[in-house]
Amino acid sequence: MAAPMLRWGCRGRRWALAWVDGGSCHRRGAPTGSTSNRIRGQSSLAQQPLRTAQKPRKGEHKWAAVVGLEIHAQISSNSKLFSGSQVRFSAPPNSLVSFFDASLPGTLPVLNRRCVEAAVMTGLALNCHINKKSLFDRKHYFYADLPAGYQITQQRLPIAVNGSLTYGISAGKERGQVIPKTVRVKQIQLEQDSGKSLHDDLRSQTLVDLNRAGVGLLEVVLEPDLSCGEEAATAVRELQLILQALGTSQANMAEGQLRVDANVSVHHPGEPLGVRTEVKNLNSIRFLAKAIDYEIQRQISELENGGEILNETRSFHEKLGCTVSMRDKEAKQDYRFMPEPNLPPLLLYDATSLPTDADPQQVINIDQIREMLPELPSVTRERLVQQYGMLPEHSFTLLVFEELWKREGKTPGQIVSEKQLELMQDRGALEQFCYSVMKDHPQVVMDVKKGNPRAINKLIGLVRKATLNRADPAMIKEILEKQLSL
Amino acid sequence: MWARALWLGLRAPLGGPRCFTSKTDPQGSGRITAEVIEHLERLALVDFGSREAVARLEKAIAFADLLRAVDTDGVEPMESVLEDRCLYLRSDNVVEGNCADELLQNSHRVVEEYFVAPPGNIPLPKLDEQEPFPHS
Repeated sequence: MAAPMLRWGCRGRRWALAWVDGGSCHRRGAPTGSTSNRIRGQSSLAQQPLRTAQKPRKGEHKWAAVVGLEIHAQISSNSKLFSGSQVRFSAPPNSLVSFFDASLPGTLPVLNRRCVEAAVMTGLALNCHINKKSLFDRKHYFYADLPAGYQITQQRLPIAVNGSLTYGISAGKERGQVIPKTVRVKQIQLEQDSGKSLHDDLRSQTLVDLNRAGVGLLEVVLEPDLSCGEEAATAVRELQLILQALGTSQANMAEGQLRVDANVSVHHPGEPLGVRTEVKNLNSIRFLAKAIDYEIQRQISELENGGEILNETRSFHEKLGCTVSMRDKEAKQDYRFMPEPNLPPLLLYDATSLPTDADPQQVINIDQIREMLPELPSVTRERLVQQYGMLPEHSFTLLVFEELWKREGKTPGQIVSEKQLELMQDRGALEQFCYSVMKDHPQVVMDVKKGNPRAINKLIGLVRKATLNRADPAMIKEILEKQLSL
Repeated sequence: MWARALWLGLRAPLGGPRCFTSKTDPQGSGRITAEVIEHLERLALVDFGSREAVARLEKAIAFADLLRAVDTDGVEPMESVLEDRCLYLRSDNVVEGNCADELLQNSHRVVEEYFVAPPGNIPLPKLDEQEPFPHS
């Protein structure tokens, strides 16, 4: 009847997310007038344009941005998701490719147990409901690095759904407080990675290396509960730490083990959600924040100038610091999802449903995996704060270096006292510090007495510096105000 | 009797748990339009090269439509004919690969152990740019 034609179709792209009402970014939405909430020490050029957009124009009311993320994490395993070829970052081209990975006729997928365990562990760590039955599907699109012409994924019934990811945003320079925020996890699914294309524009050809084709990926889909680049970056950073703590993925963005696509739209609060664009090609957490903030600003400017937003895919240009349309000539992709006919449903068990005569190698016990979960970053941070009296923001920094210090054979307790990270408990000593700082900076003291509201912040900063950041800023302020008889 | 047929006809697209939507469903009319043919040709890279081919497609769809006559009230859809089979779980060991030479032999063009492909996807010509073909 029909003869297959050897020509090329269009690159497939990701599908739609379900939108729900988004909140406004903590920095912008607060009618209570909270102060700027920046992660200390970080500055972003993209912040400036956002401030301008906040000034009311033509009597316009505020904008709210809605950001949804799709995160792909390469599973840390010895072999690939459906074949026994090796998973390794760098190797001679096409040397880590089996007949199945090359999509030779007659080959069949065989599921890797370790990948399923990794998915269950990650799902449990993100408070997901683990589906005891999940299904595999084929997602069809044509591209040179997808030799089969389809990707095996889990579209109908993924392995884990309805979870949450909690992260912390710094609130205010003085406070040193950390506001916990949560983004809902829509689902986690197992899927195959594609190969790599190297574009040789000079000779008008593409070189294809299939070493990465078939590597197991965890796709984590977040609901659009985020509202700016900073929140997205922080959430991704937290996910990265969790994956690394679990050992399910090394989640190194520079090596392509963690990839993020962002869906961005803007609207006026109370009105329906706006048209969204998809931003791809984000290679670092810093660029993720930059790209999202740029895209939010671009959409706001476009709409305020009477333009409209197209539902398109955009790529982030690092050097230019902007997003550029990747719009294909073709219309929306139709992936023709169908069940993967070569794989039965994936069944998981727990302690109560585990069949007694089962081969332990052939069954996966969710409860057993739950018992093996290591301490998660958020729990570790809490423990550091409670046990060692550390300031919360230091616990964030400390955690990042925990791996390093573990290797040196020191306990967190030893490190805290060595680095003098404990909160300063001695009020008398603190009063001394305040007094000497005021003595050394008479001009600043005068400014405070004259009524300059920002001068006291300068004093607080100086005291903090003098105490090597060991003192609670609120206490410093209280002591200073007392000593200045304000 | 007609009420039941109408109910079954309406039920099909709503279905039970998430099911796949099909853009190529001609809504039981039996006629395939030129737009649908063009859409299928792009998606599947097949060539409906003749009128007979399209007629055969229409007959195939009509044949499959007979399924709608079956009463599936209260019956869970079958997701896989393998549903009673156990999904075999493989141990995470490296047992294959390292056959670049063999694999590259399958390729028409090779550059230093890479497969060679055109620079990007070449879009199919639009319907009106193609050879005139009598879609009825």
